[in-house]
Amino acid sequence: MSGTLTTENELRRRSRRELLKLLPLGVLGAFLFETPQRWLLTKGLAFSDAFSHLAFRHGSMAQEFRDSDVAPFDKFPYNFWDVADPGLDLDAWTLRVEGQVQRPGNYRLADFKNLPPHRQNTRHVCVEGWDVIGNFGGTRLSEVLSMVGADTSAKYLYFECGDDYYQSIDMDSALHPQTLACWEMYGRPLTRGHGAPLRIVIPTKLGYKQPKYVEKMVVTNVLRHGHRGYWEDQGYSWFGGL
Amino acid sequence: MSGKAVTPSKAVLRTRSARFEPPEIAYALRAGGERKATYEHSFAIRFTHWLNAIALFVMAGSGLRIYLAFPAFGDKLPPHDFFVFPGRYTIGGWLGGALQWHFTFMWLFMASGLVYVFYQLITGTWRQVIFAPRDVRRVWPMFRHYFLFGPKPEQSESYNSLQKLAYTSTILLGVLSTITGLILYKSAQLSFLIPLFGGYRSVRILHFLSLLGFLAFVAGHIVMVIAHGWNNFQSMLTGWNFKPEYTKIQSTETEAEDE
Repeated sequence: MSGTLTTENELRRRSRRELLKLLPLGVLGAFLFETPQRWLLTKGLAFSDAFSHLAFRHGSMAQEFRDSDVAPFDKFPYNFWDVADPGLDLDAWTLRVEGQVQRPGNYRLADFKNLPPHRQNTRHVCVEGWDVIGNFGGTRLSEVLSMVGADTSAKYLYFECGDDYYQSIDMDSALHPQTLACWEMYGRPLTRGHGAPLRIVIPTKLGYKQPKYVEKMVVTNVLRHGHRGYWEDQGYSWFGGL
Repeated sequence: MSGKAVTPSKAVLRTRSARFEPPEIAYALRAGGERKATYEHSFAIRFTHWLNAIALFVMAGSGLRIYLAFPAFGDKLPPHDFFVFPGRYTIGGWLGGALQWHFTFMWLFMASGLVYVFYQLITGTWRQVIFAPRDVRRVWPMFRHYFLFGPKPEQSESYNSLQKLAYTSTILLGVLSTITGLILYKSAQLSFLIPLFGGYRSVRILHFLSLLGFLAFVAGHIVMVIAHGWNNFQSMLTGWNFKPEYTKIQSTETEAEDE
């Protein structure tokens, strides 16, 4: 048999000392108070987003699917924050392009249709948890960026939409080969509920990062406070990357 | 009884044997005889245990709130809710808030799990915890004792077969919840892992099932902790158990000392 001979008091003292070693866990108590909690959760989310951006690879493709895997069009759901149809005048619509671009101005849908077409079957993942595989057609957003002469060393793209939704994404994701300026779903022009006339499709990001009814695109290095994104400004992850 | 002190580091080295390993033992002289106390849980185990307990609580609470945003496992259209419960029993207030908690505490959850697993591997103490083939035949007698008032089987190890089964399962649940969680978090970057789990939706279902598994474990764990009383609980706080239950096994103790 082995063991140490000691006194009752010494045992109690050692026991107490061991308990004190757990004290560092007490810092987690800061999460119980509103001000440090908000600060800590913001930091936690920022850390997560930094990791997301680090994990993002230009060459990592979101899964693509066969036509037979695509959900029927009437089973493709859509969310909207205000109205399903903001009532845009589709014939008069233009995309206003601003910021660090060589050729700013108003672009018509016909201008985009001259770019190399691209179609893909990809999964649309909603932050709520549902997902749906759809067929999206348009052109790569990178083609649009080169058409307008965008400075792709800029950090962000900022979008404004016909329903007053606003959104911003990182340039890396904008240049990803599966990121589309999309005006067709299932081979037909976008319906109003799905974001007519133009939506941004980013299968490497969550749905709320993919603005619909897009009216304005800004290439920029600066995101003004309160202009990171409609949901992001309320607490969603900004990177929102999958 | 020798006066020689057994340092924790030596006790750790001894655990190469798959048999019962005696914890550090101390005796205190007191009126009416001596008191025996054992040092059962090292600092690393206690620290990761409580860190993990806190992280799991937050992950489960916020996870339930995230689930409520779409309480189903099939198509969004037409809507078919699977199971809905009041949001006040969850953490985060709304989906965005819950995701903040989830994305913050997932790092603590993974860190505590990784430290725990590597600690067990490096020190060899995993042998006390992991359910081994030799434990299979000991399951039924232990089950009979716990649930059918059968006699208590003789215990020759730190943990009995059902404890090992529970601890091993919960470690596997940790692995499952982490992998499925990471896939949901990075479903494009990790898309090559999705087929291993039978598709994106099965990953989400498995992530949810790992939560139910954890809840089942925690319920059983708490019942057993209450049943075993304060001294047992105290040893997870201070490491020291002042009323150890299993110090009669002297033969294996001597063997361990021979090493």
